[in-house]
Amino acid sequence: MSKLIYLVPLFPLFGFLINGLGRKALSRTLVSIVGVGSVLASFVVSLLIFQEVREPDFAPQVITFFDFIKTGRLNIPFAFQVDQLSSLFLLIITGVGTLIHLYSTAYMHEENEPDFARYFAYLNLFIFSMLLLVLGANYVIMFIGWEGVGLCSYLLIGYWFKNDAFNNAAKKAFVMNRIGDLGFLLAVFWMIASFGSTSFTDIFAKAPEATATVLTGITLLLFIGATGKSAQIPLFTWLPDAMAGPTPVSALIHAATMVTAGIYMIARSNVLYSLAPITQNIVAVIGLATAIFAATIALKQNDIKKVLAYSTVSQLGYMFLGLGVGAYTGAIFHVMTHAFFKALLFLGAGSVIHAMHHEQDIRNMGGLKKFMPVTHFTFLLGCLAIAGIPPFSGFFSKDEILTAAFLKSPVYYVFGVITAIMTAFYMFRLYALTFQGKFRGTQEQEHHLHESPGAMTIPLIVLAILSVIGGLIGIPEVLMKDSHRLNSFLLPVFADSQVGTEPANHLTHSSELLMMGVLVAVILVVIVYAWRKFSDYSKTTRESSGLARVLENKWYVDEFYEAIIGKPLRSFSRFLNNTVERLGIDGIVNGVGRAVQYSGRQLRLIQSGQVGSYILIMVFATVLFFIIQLFWKS
Amino acid sequence: MPVNYYIFLSVALFCIGIAGVLTRRNAIVIFMCIELMLNAVNILLVAFSKMHHLAGLAADAGSRAGSEGQLFVFFIMVVAAAEVTVGLAIIVMLYRNIHSVDINFLNRLKH
Repeated sequence: MSKLIYLVPLFPLFGFLINGLGRKALSRTLVSIVGVGSVLASFVVSLLIFQEVREPDFAPQVITFFDFIKTGRLNIPFAFQVDQLSSLFLLIITGVGTLIHLYSTAYMHEENEPDFARYFAYLNLFIFSMLLLVLGANYVIMFIGWEGVGLCSYLLIGYWFKNDAFNNAAKKAFVMNRIGDLGFLLAVFWMIASFGSTSFTDIFAKAPEATATVLTGITLLLFIGATGKSAQIPLFTWLPDAMAGPTPVSALIHAATMVTAGIYMIARSNVLYSLAPITQNIVAVIGLATAIFAATIALKQNDIKKVLAYSTVSQLGYMFLGLGVGAYTGAIFHVMTHAFFKALLFLGAGSVIHAMHHEQDIRNMGGLKKFMPVTHFTFLLGCLAIAGIPPFSGFFSKDEILTAAFLKSPVYYVFGVITAIMTAFYMFRLYALTFQGKFRGTQEQEHHLHESPGAMTIPLIVLAILSVIGGLIGIPEVLMKDSHRLNSFLLPVFADSQVGTEPANHLTHSSELLMMGVLVAVILVVIVYAWRKFSDYSKTTRESSGLARVLENKWYVDEFYEAIIGKPLRSFSRFLNNTVERLGIDGIVNGVGRAVQYSGRQLRLIQSGQVGSYILIMVFATVLFFIIQLFWKS
Repeated sequence: MPVNYYIFLSVALFCIGIAGVLTRRNAIVIFMCIELMLNAVNILLVAFSKMHHLAGLAADAGSRAGSEGQLFVFFIMVVAAAEVTVGLAIIVMLYRNIHSVDINFLNRLKH
């Protein structure tokens, strides 16, 4: 079955070609069928492959298709790697991808036909690139996918390209990603220099013999790549701006799949990271800092998508914390559950925005639960899942990361818990402001409020079910013996680097249960508090002050970047333009012209027409040559 | 007679020729000075030719070394004769047109 692996990315590629080339000819229905069908076909193949990978005697396979780069001693084949990790990601990408494609058919229905097809073409291209990213058997193929998803992200953020602000958001995302990509690229070059190969199996086999400098350098550079793609400090500001794209795009690219590419990459390179403890600590600290930083910003945002965007950044920070403390399974587990509930929340937000006619400010919403029962209920389930209430999925994955963090250092744990509490607070603030209380919008908006069509509610329901039960594949040891199915499934990939699996490192069961219970209790209190506080919210024009204002303005990070990078860069450009260009380069060019003109004018005087002067010069020149030759010899 | 004497004579003639060409304005006098320079060279050629020929004879009784120099002199004389005919013809034509052989007056070639 894994021989058919090439079909998985091929279907979306064909979908992209058909929709992209035929965008002026195809009808909406046809575009929808091609767009959704191609991803669905990939999903079916992925399921079959997953079935095969689940067999107990399955060995990871590298399937080579052709030589991609072959020069001298370096050979980079175009090869796919089928193992537990990639097959799990295949399921997430194509599964969530199918649902979001289906959702998009309804959400984007108001678009003109060519734009509709363009949207689906981009979306299919994105799925294709993402599949390439997770299937690649070496870092170069992964990098192709890496760049491809960055491009699609850019195209889709700027999908409504007539709006300048959206275009700027797209450019910002692209440029910030490029900064990270440079790190990735340098890491690949370093690998070629040190290991002579880019394939995972080769490098992981040779890694234990490499020096600490090489490993730390490579892993740090890879991590820089991950901070760009996965929106971590200092390169996170593009993700909130990326909300300019259509909401299903935010759900698919900027919550469920693309932004987890960095986590996939580090999890894939777990052998390298486990050999570089310095990098691991940096990853954990950056992840934790991002988690808590983004959570504080999310507390005060009023745009429904911005709250979710900062929440995504924060949850990604959690995943990096998991990677940094060595809980690779936990991080992948959180990627999976996060894909479910965050896609659900974004799609729910999209459903609300759709009903509110592109109103995104939650201060103008409220009381939507009686107008949109399905959206309301699924959104509530998503909020419970992300807040970490058992037995919803978020609880299990978050708990696993927090336990591993505690084993590494209680400081990590404390900050992780603070973030978890803030997460519960801002999610239920968002929920209560949107769905509870009285409607605060205009009369006309209220008149048009309606539940979204089936194509939008079905994905919501499916994702809600997954958000609720998705955590059950990873029940911790303490609650039920031997039921962490994900851990045993992924064990072959992380066998050498997973911590916390050996019994000596385990917490006692009672203390683990205690930590779990206290955390859940605190979160419940916070939820009830937020629910009651914001249910009877009424609009005020009061200017917020102090810390609240700083948070509303996102800690002024954008302004800070503008001040330390944007402004100096622009004044430097101005200096180059006004001084170096105008005086230096133009001066040289014009100077050459002027020098030729001037010397020509002067030399013309020699040609006087006086034959005598010609001969005089000739004689003097001859004498001069004789003298030169005379002295040259001696 | 040592070859140095011939060289000094030749250099003197050549310098007189150059000085004449540079200082005189009459085209015909300039022409004569050019002839002077050519003949200074001719003297050198003949002198060196004779010198080499004597040196060659000393080594080998049947040697013809150095005879090329004298040959060249004849070529130069032929070429000089041809040049003189053309040059004098031009000067005659100039005189017919502008009634002057003053080269300072003949500077319209630059245009």
